[in-house]
Amino acid sequence: MSRSAKAYIAGIYEHPTRKAVDKTVPMLHAEVARGALADAGLTKDDVDGFFCDGSVPGLGGMVLAEYMGLNLKYTDCTETGGSSYIIHVGHAMEAIAAGKCNVALITLAGRPRAEGLQALGARARGEDSPERGFEVPYGPMVTNLYAMAAMRHMHEYGTTSEQLAWVKVAASHHAQHNEHAMLRDVVTVEDVVNSPMISDPLHRLDCCVISDGGGALVVVSPEIAKTLGDRCVKVLGQGAGVKHLNGGRFDLTYTGAAISGAIAFDEAGLTPADMDYASIYDSFTITVLETLEDLGFCEKGQGGAFVSDGNLISGVGKLPFNTDGGGLCNNHPANRGSMTKVIEAVRQLRGEAHPKVQVPDCQLALAHGTGGQISQRTGAATLIMGVNDA
Amino acid sequence: MYIDPTITMESEAYWQAANEGKLLVKRCGDCGQVHFFPRAICPECFSSNTEWQEASGKGRIYSYSVTRRAEVPYAIAYVTLEEGVTMLSNIVEADLNALAVDMPVEVVFGKTRNGQALPLFRPVEAST
Ligand SMILES: [Zn+2]
Repeated sequence: MSRSAKAYIAGIYEHPTRKAVDKTVPMLHAEVARGALADAGLTKDDVDGFFCDGSVPGLGGMVLAEYMGLNLKYTDCTETGGSSYIIHVGHAMEAIAAGKCNVALITLAGRPRAEGLQALGARARGEDSPERGFEVPYGPMVTNLYAMAAMRHMHEYGTTSEQLAWVKVAASHHAQHNEHAMLRDVVTVEDVVNSPMISDPLHRLDCCVISDGGGALVVVSPEIAKTLGDRCVKVLGQGAGVKHLNGGRFDLTYTGAAISGAIAFDEAGLTPADMDYASIYDSFTITVLETLEDLGFCEKGQGGAFVSDGNLISGVGKLPFNTDGGGLCNNHPANRGSMTKVIEAVRQLRGEAHPKVQVPDCQLALAHGTGGQISQRTGAATLIMGVNDA
Repeated sequence: MYIDPTITMESEAYWQAANEGKLLVKRCGDCGQVHFFPRAICPECFSSNTEWQEASGKGRIYSYSVTRRAEVPYAIAYVTLEEGVTMLSNIVEADLNALAVDMPVEVVFGKTRNGQALPLFRPVEAST
């Protein structure tokens, strides 16, 4: 009797070293990757999914992806200690069955003998991440990194501070109705551009709040959802993407949303024009502007015009966004914003947003998250949802 | 004072060259591509046949930002080198209010707390 398989293991490689005094951990990852891909008869360019544990150098799998020059649309760094890699295989199989990636690369590397115990501390602090020496001495901060994306976008497309300010203005219009929001005062374009300059061209009011808090989601099977009723919303499409500095050849005017959005829309069989509502991660105003372009809500470079004149305000514009006030006004728990993005989108689809910001007959909604720094290495994820009978 | 870079066996030659007033990039002996930050293994073709190459030290500002909230405001920037790769740095010896995207710059070397030379960039005088 033959069973159909959802995925197969195509290549294996065991590194011959037993004491790697002459190699860094990133080199070891690249060497085992090269070996397993050769064993499978594949090349580096075939890889679109990367799986590793949480102890690798750098932030998640992104620095290693950059180091090895991988172009990814799927990544998973589930950390379960020694059993991680078996879990990664399971995740890879599911991801492949769902069409999220075609070739999943799983690597494990370390050099505890060569390094001794001292190095473990450095690893935990991220000090061995291969890009660090070339970045940290120059004082990169979240603010100045996002500011450089904004500066370049302004240079290439004529985007103005006033246009960026409209993103904050729209968020503030929504936050006034949210009793839990940190900033509930409605602000004007003038208020934003006259607030103190933090890092040119971003002003204080271009930046999100810093807050405690958190959130949770429960995702269930269609069978279970049937038993739960109409308040369940459908996941219609999902996409991920990693963008990095690509060996020194990069463009700061777009984000990973250019990858994740296209995949999610394709899976859902929908377009940006179909969306009744969008939650867009808003660490800074520029994050929203570039993301909207990358998701296809407008042409690249037209984000400034798109967000202007209240176009993101519920009941006023064409694309109501972040009706809870978002990270710019409401909250930004643990500096991670996409949990609350999904929650507000679900509220909209259930018709449970605040009546002042509820989108009438909201059938289809999008939530987008941006991780890392858009001017360095960034992970993007887009989720498209619909009402229960969508 | 600049924070010292983390130096690994992959980047040691880069930092030694900086101490001699040279800015290095890595070039792949197989595919010919220059990359930055420098790695032992080419991110374009996965070859281990990578070599150091001295950069001209000239480039243009790809983007920048003046961090106003720092104790001493400073200009972080991405500088695109003549060799075609873009690297993170700081712009120094400049009027921080007169910086611009595409401004021609050239490498100069600053010193970290421990005396390591660090590649920085300054505007190229239009008259020279
Ligand atoms: Zn190469």
